[in-house]
Amino acid sequence: MASTAQSILGGASVVTTAERAGSFAACRALLRRDFVLAWRRRGELFLPLLYAVIVAALFPFALGPDPELLARIAGGVLLVIVVLAMLPALESMFRADLDDGTLEQWLLAPQPLALLALTRVIAHWLMTVLPLIVVMPLLGALLNLPVKVLPVLIVALLLATPLLALLGSVLSALAAGARRSGILLALMLLPLAVPVVIFAAGAVAAAQSGMPFIAPLMWLAAALILAIVLAPLACAAALRIAVET
Amino acid sequence: MSRSYLPHWMHWLGSPPNFYRFAGVLRPWLMAVALIGAVVGLYGGLVLAPPDYQQGDAYRIIFIHVPSAWMSLFIYATMAVAGLVALVWRVKLAEVIAMECAPIGAAFTLVTLVTGSLWGKPMWGTWWTWDARLTSELVLLFLYLGVIGLYNAFEDHRRGARAASLLALVGIVNLPIVHYSVQWWNTLHQGTTVNFLDPARSSIAPSMLWPLLVMALATHLYFFASLLGRARTGLLSLESGKQWVRALVGGQPTQTTGAPT
Repeated sequence: MASTAQSILGGASVVTTAERAGSFAACRALLRRDFVLAWRRRGELFLPLLYAVIVAALFPFALGPDPELLARIAGGVLLVIVVLAMLPALESMFRADLDDGTLEQWLLAPQPLALLALTRVIAHWLMTVLPLIVVMPLLGALLNLPVKVLPVLIVALLLATPLLALLGSVLSALAAGARRSGILLALMLLPLAVPVVIFAAGAVAAAQSGMPFIAPLMWLAAALILAIVLAPLACAAALRIAVET
Repeated sequence: MSRSYLPHWMHWLGSPPNFYRFAGVLRPWLMAVALIGAVVGLYGGLVLAPPDYQQGDAYRIIFIHVPSAWMSLFIYATMAVAGLVALVWRVKLAEVIAMECAPIGAAFTLVTLVTGSLWGKPMWGTWWTWDARLTSELVLLFLYLGVIGLYNAFEDHRRGARAASLLALVGIVNLPIVHYSVQWWNTLHQGTTVNFLDPARSSIAPSMLWPLLVMALATHLYFFASLLGRARTGLLSLESGKQWVRALVGGQPTQTTGAPT
């Protein structure tokens, strides 16, 4: 696996090719590399899904199978499950690349570090979070989520999870240089995740009670746009701290 | 001589041995004035100020609660500014200041939450409610804990300080949310009663206002005194291999040079 990394991004000759071809080619190479690496270990891609299904299945046992109660809490429960399922994967967003020296090549590459970081977040989101959103109808059915709320929940997740992944990338880069980071990452993500969860849950709750739900979604979209611009810059700064010794 | 944008005393103070001595001289005075202020403020607040026409004597917790809440925000801002200086100019002293702010700020935030909770039980009938002001203050506590945790997770304290400084800067988005939460949302927490920019709009009686302001002054001075003391010990441990620290602690340079730098 390390050799794959080397051949695509590591070697000096590849960097000059990328230099000639520009930033777009570098991002494409990075995306391809991440997909190849993930595909070689495709079993791991199912772990967040499995986690989400197990947690969702536990709720009816803990609270009793009353359909009305489940329908009332389903939206919020599913949001929290997605946030929690994202956490373990966030920790490993940059760790392997820091250990095998790929991050140092990122720093040396002619492309802006922030752009590479954004590409990594996109790849990470596509591989670990998108499957969770795809199985949302199944999880919604498990928890008796009203069908009319499901589209709103999915749109809210499509806006909220990239936002969380962007925020998480900054924290993951910060924690990458630390000795231990498991619970630390959760502690750091919690304050930043609270507003995101509030707005996403607000949209779902409004849709459930038949109220207009556009405003919280707009807030999420605005925050996402802001995060797409700012988070990669902060992430790049954090990666520089993680790499320097 | 390179061109300098900073006055000479700032360079002088930025040097750890100079700061160590300067802080050592200043700290007892700040602490003494803070203690006197606290005694005067608490006497004024707990004894002299009249009971509230609605809340009776229970309102008197504001003389602890409100200054602590102000400090929780003020210290975060101080930490973020010091963190910015540490990240941009890599000033060792700024790293120490930023990191030593965090435990004091966390303590003031905790005091704010606990006193608010004690007041909330008789007044609102509940210890805790998921109100915007309370939630954002709780988030502030977690931000402080995150900064402390991240700093301590690094072997190398200077790298840890820079990483935690960046986290502090990211978390600064929460400050306006805490401050304006009572205006943006219709909350259970009461609105602003003290207006510094426009005193005529303050809706607090002067007999209650002056002890509050004295307490605010005392907590600020206590924070500075505590920060100076913590920064002194922080500098000592960070610079424990350096000549000036050895001269300070033992006089004799020891044979073993295993101290971390």
